[in-house]
Amino acid sequence: MNEWVIELRNVSKAYAAHPVLRNVNLQVRAGEFLTLLGPSGCGKTTILRLLAGFEPADGGEILIGGQDMRTLPPEQRQVNTVFQSYALFPHLTVFENVAFGPRLKRIRGEALRDQVMEALRMVKLEDLAGRRPGQLSGGQQQRVAMARAVVNRPRVLLLDEPLSALDYKLRKAMQLELKQLQRRLGITFIFVTHDQEEALSMSDRVAVMNAGRIEQFGTPRQIYEAPENLFVARFVGEINNLPGRVVVAAPPRYDIRLHDRVVNLKSSRVFGIGDRVNLLIRPEDVRIWREWEGSAEERAALFPAMVEEVIYKGSTVDLALRLDSGDALSTTQFFNEDDQALMNLDFREGERVFVDWVHDWETILPHEE
Amino acid sequence: MKVKEPFKFAAVGVIGFWLIAFTLLPNLLVVVASVLERGGDEFVALVFTPDNYRRLFDPLYLGVLLDSLWLAAATTLLCLLLGYPFAYLLTRMPARWRPLLLLLVIVPFWTSSLVRTYAMVILLQTNGWLNQLLLDLGWIAEPLELLYTEPAVIAGMLYALLPFMILPLYAVLEKLDRRLIEAARDLGAGRVTIFRRIILPLTLPGIVAGCLLTFLPGLGMFYVADLLGGARAMLVGNLIRDQFLSARDWPFGAAASVLLTVLMGLLLWAYYLSARRANQGALP
Amino acid sequence: MKPRGAIQIAYLVLIYGFLYLPILVLIVYSFNDAKYSLEWRGVTWTWYRNLLDDPDLLQAALNSVLIAALSATVATGIGALAAVALYRYEFFGKPLLQGLIFVLMMTPDIVMGIALLILFASLSLPLGFWTLLLAHITFNIPFVVVTVLSRISGFDRHLLEAAKDLGATEFQTVRRIVLPLLMPAVAAGWLLSFTLSMDDVMVSFFVTGPTFEILPLKIYSMARLGVTPEINALCAMMLGATLILILVAQLLLLRGRS
Repeated sequence: MNEWVIELRNVSKAYAAHPVLRNVNLQVRAGEFLTLLGPSGCGKTTILRLLAGFEPADGGEILIGGQDMRTLPPEQRQVNTVFQSYALFPHLTVFENVAFGPRLKRIRGEALRDQVMEALRMVKLEDLAGRRPGQLSGGQQQRVAMARAVVNRPRVLLLDEPLSALDYKLRKAMQLELKQLQRRLGITFIFVTHDQEEALSMSDRVAVMNAGRIEQFGTPRQIYEAPENLFVARFVGEINNLPGRVVVAAPPRYDIRLHDRVVNLKSSRVFGIGDRVNLLIRPEDVRIWREWEGSAEERAALFPAMVEEVIYKGSTVDLALRLDSGDALSTTQFFNEDDQALMNLDFREGERVFVDWVHDWETILPHEE
Repeated sequence: MKVKEPFKFAAVGVIGFWLIAFTLLPNLLVVVASVLERGGDEFVALVFTPDNYRRLFDPLYLGVLLDSLWLAAATTLLCLLLGYPFAYLLTRMPARWRPLLLLLVIVPFWTSSLVRTYAMVILLQTNGWLNQLLLDLGWIAEPLELLYTEPAVIAGMLYALLPFMILPLYAVLEKLDRRLIEAARDLGAGRVTIFRRIILPLTLPGIVAGCLLTFLPGLGMFYVADLLGGARAMLVGNLIRDQFLSARDWPFGAAASVLLTVLMGLLLWAYYLSARRANQGALP
Repeated sequence: MKPRGAIQIAYLVLIYGFLYLPILVLIVYSFNDAKYSLEWRGVTWTWYRNLLDDPDLLQAALNSVLIAALSATVATGIGALAAVALYRYEFFGKPLLQGLIFVLMMTPDIVMGIALLILFASLSLPLGFWTLLLAHITFNIPFVVVTVLSRISGFDRHLLEAAKDLGATEFQTVRRIVLPLLMPAVAAGWLLSFTLSMDDVMVSFFVTGPTFEILPLKIYSMARLGVTPEINALCAMMLGATLILILVAQLLLLRGRS
């Protein structure tokens, strides 16, 4: 028996000669919460449609539970979809929407009632069973769509940006609920979104997609802290990019020149002397010294910069800095009770500061445009 | 895929057959008949002739044609002048009243225009309601001859066709994004400028559609001319009907109706152009 | 209320008055107990009773209802089928069919009337019931297509996918999702077709023969001779019937939308 509940092997798909998936390989473990993350048009929804069977793949193999799906129509696949628009049947009540799948499996009477009501209880909608979709709020419709899908006990549940129509607060609440539901049911979830925060906070693993390819596939931590390329680094949160050049190579340590300064950093990648690299640093990893902090010798090791913009965000203060080398750098400073020196984050525009970062938290990638 | 093929085949087959047999074929036959000579027993003789079209420009028929164009144009213009402000005001009414107000326009839209024309006769006849009212008010000393005049025909066509103008106008005016007007005002445009530069161009497709729906029937409604205009043949419609019923000159009648169809084509083309122009701005 | 608002309301009232006054006058006088006078002489049912005593008129009314019901039913079947086909399938000649439906809708009634007359004449079909029925089906089809098509186009395309996703076959999808959702539009299309058919003068004028008389043509030939209270009553009845059908059709369309 295969350990993968879903396997995509070299799957490709094009719409009118315009490729949307290029040789995609993907393996999904049973019971995991997997997210396909990417900008619109990257092919993430197409993967769902191929898995559901709404469209055939042009090439490659799609296996669900080890079984080739090529000739199986959607109604015979053990997967169910939660649509972005929910696609609730407007002429049927909430109960009948949820009962749609079980009825087709010839479940009747008490058994049907029990199954449907259990699914509705799971999404806390048992009181609204008699309503029609048009009489429900967006959040309630979303829950009905969930109940209608999970009542069939699919092996895999496909969710196509199911929270995108909800407002911010409701979306946060539903994220938590979805995650809990998934744990309770033990069903494999494949979740599509373009919201990186949503992807990181909910998933066991994330596949970041761009232009029909999977750019990186890993845990949220790997994706955020060790992006494999510039696209992933930029798409998953804000990041600073400093150009540099390798001057001494002694793997795993390298001396890298950043303008007029050389820093010694560690990387698991292999670089040669003279290679151009991108040094990627998350804004929250940047540390700032103000003019009166530290001694002159200490400051000499830091990068001098100018504050260009101060953005107060409530729990943080974001700064846009301009290094003396000319590169832009953005930082996020947290209000910190323990740190008396940083309690006072009253930066002024035009103020002179000195920066460095938590070493080894950076990512070094080969240079790319 | 396999399951729905028979359904598809049957659906497309039935509608395809019907449209070809009862729309394409008859229209082609009209064109063919319009270039044939009139026959004895058979209505048409299979001899080619362009005479029917030449005869349309005979002063006798040209007069009818111009009369008819004038009546239809006057009716259309009146419909537009009365209908545009009306449709605009409808869209400004409170939302909960609008369905009812709209329904009140839809009802005459669907009721028989013959019956409504007849109602107009009651109103306009010499011992009719309007004359009685004017007499009672003391505005006139003796009844006016309202019936069997050109204004009576225009009034009748106006009455029959006004809903056909209002509905398409309402459709475009309702879709008009009110924020565009606010934006124009915000940029300093006055009422006239807003109307001329924003509202008018955006509602042009509705205007053209409305004119289409009033002008074309306006040329053909022979019973309006019959009931309100008296015996005189005033419309192309009467001309065509007479060719088929009394004069028994089918080819000539066919030629007149080809002319009508060509007019329709030209107007549709104008509509297409205006709709395309209005939509260009809406593309993202 | 602001004076401008008052003027606006007055204008609306004026136009509505223009649209409804003649109809109201007609209905009121259909109850007037006077043969030729406009003077109000009290309410009477005489004219309505006279209508019911006229066997020719009853026959014409019966004929009209028959043609309207038959043509509406056939046109609804064909039109709904056409709408579904146009929405779901790509096929050879689709632009031609769409074009023909458009032409059919825009053709002036009189042109359609003579075109069908020429067709029937060249097929040597005797004018009467059958030619009238074929003509009425033809002019009703585009109205059904448009009504049904506008309803399907409003569908979420994912609804059909959702049904399949939940295990429904093509047939089950059509029966449980497509048909129930289309029902209001199909019913409204039928009612509007029935109304159109009941009211038509122009096309019927050319394609019916002396053997088969229908109500609108009867009204037309009577009205040419002048105003009589019997025609008033007949027209009032036609108006009443149309009004009821329109209201039901609009209710269906509104209900289907929510």
